[in-house]
Amino acid sequence: METKLFSFKGGIHPNYQKQLTQDKTIERGLVPDVVRIPLVQHIGAPATPIVKVGDHVKMGQQIGKANGFISANVHASVSGKVIAIENRAQIGGVVPTIIIENDGSDELDDSIKGYWHLEDLSSQDIMNIVHEAGIVGMGGATFPSHVKLSPPKEHKIDTVILNGAECEPYLTSDHRTMVEHPEEVVWGLKVILKGLGVEKGYIGIENNKPDAIQAIKNVCNKEQNIEIVVLETKYPQGGEKQLIKAITGREVPSKRLPSEIGCVIFNVGTSRAIARAIKLGIPLIERVVTVTGKGVKVPQNLLVRIGTSFEEVIKQCGGLVDSAAKVISGGPMMGIAQGSLEVSVTKGTSGILVLTKDEVAEMKPYPCIKCARCVDACPMGLLPLKVANTVQAGELDMAMEYNILDCIECGCCSYICPAKRPLLQYIRLGKAKIRSQKR
Amino acid sequence: MDNLIVTSSPHISHHDSVPKIMQGVMIALIPIIAISIYFFKMRALSILLVSIFVCVITEYLFQKIRKQPITINDGSAMLTGVLLALTLPPTLPLWMVAVGAVIAIGLGKQAFGGLGSNVFNPALVGRAFLMISFPVAMTSWIGVDGVSSATPLNLMKMQGQTTDYLKLVLGNVGGSLGETSAIAILLGGLYLLYKNYIDWRIPLSYLGSGVIFTLVAGQDAIFFLLSGGLLLGAFFMATDMVTTPITRTGKWVFGTVGGILVAIIRLYGGYPEGVMFSILLMNAVTPIINRYTNPTMYGRVKTNG
Repeated sequence: METKLFSFKGGIHPNYQKQLTQDKTIERGLVPDVVRIPLVQHIGAPATPIVKVGDHVKMGQQIGKANGFISANVHASVSGKVIAIENRAQIGGVVPTIIIENDGSDELDDSIKGYWHLEDLSSQDIMNIVHEAGIVGMGGATFPSHVKLSPPKEHKIDTVILNGAECEPYLTSDHRTMVEHPEEVVWGLKVILKGLGVEKGYIGIENNKPDAIQAIKNVCNKEQNIEIVVLETKYPQGGEKQLIKAITGREVPSKRLPSEIGCVIFNVGTSRAIARAIKLGIPLIERVVTVTGKGVKVPQNLLVRIGTSFEEVIKQCGGLVDSAAKVISGGPMMGIAQGSLEVSVTKGTSGILVLTKDEVAEMKPYPCIKCARCVDACPMGLLPLKVANTVQAGELDMAMEYNILDCIECGCCSYICPAKRPLLQYIRLGKAKIRSQKR
Repeated sequence: MDNLIVTSSPHISHHDSVPKIMQGVMIALIPIIAISIYFFKMRALSILLVSIFVCVITEYLFQKIRKQPITINDGSAMLTGVLLALTLPPTLPLWMVAVGAVIAIGLGKQAFGGLGSNVFNPALVGRAFLMISFPVAMTSWIGVDGVSSATPLNLMKMQGQTTDYLKLVLGNVGGSLGETSAIAILLGGLYLLYKNYIDWRIPLSYLGSGVIFTLVAGQDAIFFLLSGGLLLGAFFMATDMVTTPITRTGKWVFGTVGGILVAIIRLYGGYPEGVMFSILLMNAVTPIINRYTNPTMYGRVKTNG
């Protein structure tokens, strides 16, 4: 491919391990007998339950109502009986969870109507449908999408970017979505462009996914206003700030929002979910999950109902190997290690990665030898070793001077450190301390 | 499955580690060690062994006395021992080698808090101490035939006599153990660059600025490049991670100013050689260089210089 590669400064080239699942067609996962649907699957206030124990719910029926603007609705991913509403340990902590016993009929809720035609819809309609459908950023950040579709008036949006970088090692759910459903991804972008009243849309894809680039190009060949941008394969190319820089050359000012420089970013999976919500009226009740890693017997890309337990999903992939040692929700760079397999797949679960004992062997940290690899790798241009040192010494004021709050927690510094110092852990600790002081 | 490991992200890490880097530098030094033993025979071997042994023992004793974890297995003390040995003249009495090694580790490294905390390159601290304490022994040279002879730089400085370039490339001239053969040093240097154990900016700017300065001064730039400890310093000393800047701009500054210092000392100073002093001087200003060369952050104009 002769295309100029777009990129950002810094970053790392980890071992991507995408070959485990990148050529595997998305399979429909088995729907479990019980789903446990957390009321917090997004950034913002928890949704409020609007069903009671004993109620019969249908698939796609709203069961949790968004609590305020920055929150998201939650829907039943199966039809059946609500058997409990209780606090349960989920991916990000203990949250209220609605437990539904699946009756196996997959009976759709009456409210679901797929007659929407894009040309008849106003910006407000689009925002309302996306809000109604409980759509959140599916790349992992889980920011409610309707909020992104209604930026503050003073922010003049001129660019919409679909994020198909999928820079996290191992994960291929976005990759397969683009290969298998390119028309829905692109249609979703058109919806977003209309919703925001923006002319120009970009789809950024890393150059390690030539089949995805081709599939999207095939769908876009008549679209004058949509440009496909081939990105260098480098982590964190899909970081919001890095993607904006790579594609537009603009930088999001420190502590500001992308919309302030005219940019709004959506994940390709989110775009597809938006397309389905408009076309078919389907709320966000299932998603593609890459189940992968040496610790899983049969790695694959599964279409999973929200609320399915990790245990169930892993079982459908042949189960764990004996040496399985760590189960991660998400990818290896930013994913969250789980202590239990009872946690549920949520709207933000792009992958379930299982690493084996030899892959997670803890290495003894050495003193910093000032090799500066973390400095070269930091995509924000920070001095991670200095930031970590100041936190370690308890000098939070100095940490602020080293711009600790600009850290995006991508983990490049910890990854690259030959002394195996947990740099990001120190930085997170420092950020938490500073935040608690401010309160 | 109950005993799942739970730690915070990232969950993978790069395969390089501190001991691996130390091993890598040792591998890069093999051609230089080999050629020094080839030319200077038992003298080279015994200096190397004494220097390594005393460095490692000093590190061990310091940490034992200070009740700190013993870290001689990380390979850094051994590396200092080799580097110190390579900067010494082949006729240096072994007891002086031992003194240099004690100073290198004791004063150059452990007094600052051990690996990663030292300000100056430990091997060069040891060498500087020897240079000041035993100036005569430190400037007595032999050729590869074992007969006493001056170094090419000495010949140039004192008698205006040049040395054949080919001899300088191969290394059959008088000089410290590891500095005579340009080709062995380049071989090691290229390996370090290939493995990403050194940043190319420093050797390039260090050698480049020195060469340019020499040319401007109307002197022989090829001789400048091939003689003395310049190449050894450029690839193995000025690139020491611990004692050189962490920013890319800082590395350019370090190398450029360092290279000019070498040329000034060689051309106009009292000593025939300036590599050691140039690097030690630049080590001293490295914290200041770091402070004024912060990388430009994403999302803001350069702050506080």
